[in-house]
Amino acid sequence: MRTVLDVHGIVTRFGAQTVHNGLDMRVYEGEVFGIIGGSGSGKSVLLRTILGLRRPDAGTVQFFGTDLNQMTTAGVRALKASYGVTFQEGALFSALTVRQNVQLPMIEHLRLSARALGELALLKVQLVGLPADAALKYPSQLSGGMIKRAALARALALDPPLLFLDEPTSGLDPISAAAFDELLIYLQRELKLTVVMITHDLDTIFRTCSRVGVIVDGRMISDTLAGITANPHPWIQAYFCGERARVHGAQRGA
Amino acid sequence: MYIAARRTQDELHLELLGEWRAALFPQIELELRGIDFGGVRRAHIQPGESQLDLSGAWLLRSFLQRAREAGVEPDFEGVPPATLSLLEHTATGELPPQVRQEEWLRPAHAVEGIGRRTVRGWHELLGGLELLGQICVALARGLGSVRRLRLISVARHIYDTGITAIPIVALIGFLISVILAYMGAQELRQFGAEIFTVDLVTIGVLRELGVLLTAIIVAGRSGSAFAAEIGAMQLNEEVDALRAIGVDPVEVLILPRVLGLCIALPLLTIVADVIGLVGGALLCHSLLDMPLAQYLIRAKGAIAPSTFWVGMIKAPVFAVLIAIAGVYCGLRVRGSSRELGRLTTSAVVQAIFYVILADALFAVLFLKLDV
Repeated sequence: MRTVLDVHGIVTRFGAQTVHNGLDMRVYEGEVFGIIGGSGSGKSVLLRTILGLRRPDAGTVQFFGTDLNQMTTAGVRALKASYGVTFQEGALFSALTVRQNVQLPMIEHLRLSARALGELALLKVQLVGLPADAALKYPSQLSGGMIKRAALARALALDPPLLFLDEPTSGLDPISAAAFDELLIYLQRELKLTVVMITHDLDTIFRTCSRVGVIVDGRMISDTLAGITANPHPWIQAYFCGERARVHGAQRGA
Repeated sequence: MYIAARRTQDELHLELLGEWRAALFPQIELELRGIDFGGVRRAHIQPGESQLDLSGAWLLRSFLQRAREAGVEPDFEGVPPATLSLLEHTATGELPPQVRQEEWLRPAHAVEGIGRRTVRGWHELLGGLELLGQICVALARGLGSVRRLRLISVARHIYDTGITAIPIVALIGFLISVILAYMGAQELRQFGAEIFTVDLVTIGVLRELGVLLTAIIVAGRSGSAFAAEIGAMQLNEEVDALRAIGVDPVEVLILPRVLGLCIALPLLTIVADVIGLVGGALLCHSLLDMPLAQYLIRAKGAIAPSTFWVGMIKAPVFAVLIAIAGVYCGLRVRGSSRELGRLTTSAVVQAIFYVILADALFAVLFLKLDV
């Protein structure tokens, strides 16, 4: 399997506090990789580091074998077109309609005809399960679940092979969250996406993820789902075998 | 090469090649446009090893549509690309029809617009008055118990709107009085009445310019800051959160700003007045060779006891106008960052407008009162 993303030896410090202490992470093509960890363990910071929004105090981030720091400006631009990102609160541009939000990266990176721009943007909006008329609405007119979907539509605007999702189902009711999981699985299969997501939602982890990376003690322990639940680390045991996780254990017949 | 075409009599064999990625859109579109359906009855498409993303699939779909419009029935040899069927499943909805451009151009629409604006302006005025009423109620409650006056917050706003504005206000006050003295000296010299430059500067600065320019600077600095702060809180639902917690936003957000500015603006006006008089004295000294002692005597003679207070009494009024314009615009921010920008601009424009309007009314009032 081809390595899409290779994060090596990341060190992140905030003043005297060390968040990541030599963190390694590797994502292979076509998998859904879940990042979990306690509050303050640096999941979002890790994502920001991977996306190049924050420079790590040490360590490297490699996309498709090329170091992020050694890329040319054009290389970085091409890289940004090859992944889509959704932020925790959606981060939709509030002054633009959903359709314009989706069109923005297209206009920026692609050279499309006006008709293609209109139809493709509408297509992406429908692809994430939003009704067509939602395309003309402003983010402030959308519900929480619709915002998450609209953010996903914008992330898919450039047909990227790689998706980063920051807590895609947080703040959704269980039914909407489950629907979002199904949508993600469907898109991942149909569009052959590689997905990296931060999530706290055990349902989402068990339904969608093929591998999981847990940030504990400033490092990452990554394994398959079965492997990670068998890991003896006390935090991981507490996470997967706590009260809230029991129902999943029952489902898996463990 | 993304498509290979081969003609056998009236049949067209098309083979899709390589990766049809969104980034290659223009090249692929150009190649597809080059394929001619003239005299073709049937088209066979071989997907082969090609990879299509959604944009590529969209291109293929519009190509197939073009083929059908030209009377050619395309069929796939092998499995059609998966993304094409995904696209066929997804692209079902239609956008609701949008307002057409011509409707905006009708004369009736323009008249309607004037009406709408008038009504909206009226409602905004009423809203502003309502806010003023709420502020008065909050103030009355605050006078009942000091805790409700939020003195720490008031102090912060005095610092933000007052102390930090001292350098710019002092500079502007100095420059304006210098300009005034210079112009006055030039003109009055023709009549041999240079000495009246002192009257011009002292009365001009104390009665009008000191307070007016200070208010305009503060409107630009703090009126916009109030609107932006409260607008951002409004976007973030912080104002609603306060209401939900049972805290009156007027009491914790608005009253401290109004009170703070009511204290800061008069103080800033004093700074502007003093620096203005100093500036006038320096210019008279250097331009007219007037000894400072003479300037002081002349200035004392020029100003009536009321001159300083005539200027000063306007300061708190201007402060209330600026604060309310800023806060009220901030509270009206809804939904988007563009609104925030629009209303912040509007706050400054309104604040300056109301300040100058009030100044004009004061001028009329003082004329009638003969002070």
